[in-house]
Amino acid sequence: MNLAKTALITLCLMGTTGLVHATDPNLARNLAATCANCHGTNGKSLGGIESLAGEPKQKLLQKLADYRSGEKPASVMHQIARGYTDEQLDLITTYFAAQK
Amino acid sequence: MQNRRDFLKTAGIAAAGSSVFGIAGCAGMGKGSGGHVVVVGGGYGGATVAKYLRMWSEGQIRVTLIERNTAFVSCPVSNLVIGGLKTMADITMSYDNLKSRWGVTVITDEVRALDTAKRTLTTTNNGTITYDHVVLSPGIDFMTDSVGGLSGNEALVPHAWKAGPQTVILRTQLESMKDGGIFAIHIPKAPYRCPPGPYERACLVANYLRQAKPKSKVLVLDANGEIQSKKALFTKAFESYKGLIEYRPNNELRSVDAKTRTAELDFDKVKADVLNVIPPMRAGDIAARSGLPLINDRWVDVDWITYEAKGVPGVHVIGDALFPAPTMPKSGHMANQQGKVVAAAIINLLAGEAPNASPVVMNTCYSFVDGKNAMHVASVHQYDAIKKQPMPVAAAGGVSPAANEIEGKFAHAWAQNIWADMLA
Repeated sequence: MNLAKTALITLCLMGTTGLVHATDPNLARNLAATCANCHGTNGKSLGGIESLAGEPKQKLLQKLADYRSGEKPASVMHQIARGYTDEQLDLITTYFAAQK
Repeated sequence: MQNRRDFLKTAGIAAAGSSVFGIAGCAGMGKGSGGHVVVVGGGYGGATVAKYLRMWSEGQIRVTLIERNTAFVSCPVSNLVIGGLKTMADITMSYDNLKSRWGVTVITDEVRALDTAKRTLTTTNNGTITYDHVVLSPGIDFMTDSVGGLSGNEALVPHAWKAGPQTVILRTQLESMKDGGIFAIHIPKAPYRCPPGPYERACLVANYLRQAKPKSKVLVLDANGEIQSKKALFTKAFESYKGLIEYRPNNELRSVDAKTRTAELDFDKVKADVLNVIPPMRAGDIAARSGLPLINDRWVDVDWITYEAKGVPGVHVIGDALFPAPTMPKSGHMANQQGKVVAAAIINLLAGEAPNASPVVMNTCYSFVDGKNAMHVASVHQYDAIKKQPMPVAAAGGVSPAANEIEGKFAHAWAQNIWADMLA
């Protein structure tokens, strides 16, 4: 095994044991899936609750910030948005923005 | 199935051709590496884990779902059927999309035994099935024997706490009840499936009676000392049904006389016209029969990263069967969330990777108080590495200020979206 390959595998293992969360390639997917119950699989809602798929990241982040601060009234999202960290909301909105 | 070393080798070679060093190689590792997962139970947890395993592994993991019923019948929304606002057809869905769209092998059968050492399941009609990982999502079974006179009399004294034929029985009894009759519902001591469910049922039965049989009465006999979920909101809802709903806390049921529909409580005896007894419950029988670790002899003790039963690698348990983490409800929504955590964990484990070390789950439960107005309870649960279990985020979650029509509409949209998330 050459050095480069060893380095790569080491990097991958670090990324997947949770030591370096940002490099876990599935973290955004996993977090976004917690929204799917209401907003549809991969953010594609059947209606009645808004779709998140393909929405611009900044728009989603601003909405979430407004829910958290109470600026934007909500029935439930003000309570849910406060349950996630900034880093998690960043990952979630990046994931939904990338959905077609 | 690839072993760990082969897999790492493949991942390394794949990355060697990639223009982005390291990270692109990692992304490739999340994909399926084959393997066979058997899911037992096609409810909110099991159907979700089956679909998400196929979707996220891009078809690389083979998934078999074993379910004893030929169709899915939803417990959430079933109180609306009992209240005459929805039909059984509205809450019944097929497993066809799991088969045709997602390639899940769906078997209508029952699991007789689980051999955790050999990693095999014995079924009634399909022989022995081997697995690399098994996910048990067996829901609850009732401790019917703990209520005298109840066993064998569930058609006379229905629970309707598993949606299906029991829902129809209870609805039919309610429809046949005379005006001026008493509908008594008994709630077991917590923890039980769907904490707000019995109180929602009381409201929706009262909503029906107010219109159809206004001289009647709903008697809520609660083994608990107080309302177990959305207390202030249900207290208000019960007040709006003044004269129709009577709430009695600390009324644990000892026995029933099914023929006369009489409930014998700790300090009282109640004769009803419709007697709806939700018996004490425990993890689905397969969990106990498989020798999995139980807490209080009732609920499965799991590792909260992989949801594997403690000390039983490869056997994951989700949904109502679990001994819950703090404030974690036994709800369909939560089972669906856990299903996704487990799907992600199994994909990683089969690829020789560590599972996600910080899984998040959240819950939203809507309850109707009449045909239009609903209210929610919500929570977000982040994994706590020190406590080694999910903990509710203190600043998050809560309940509605009051039942309202907007949330009534959201509740219906929630149902459509979560059913699609599991089954479409």
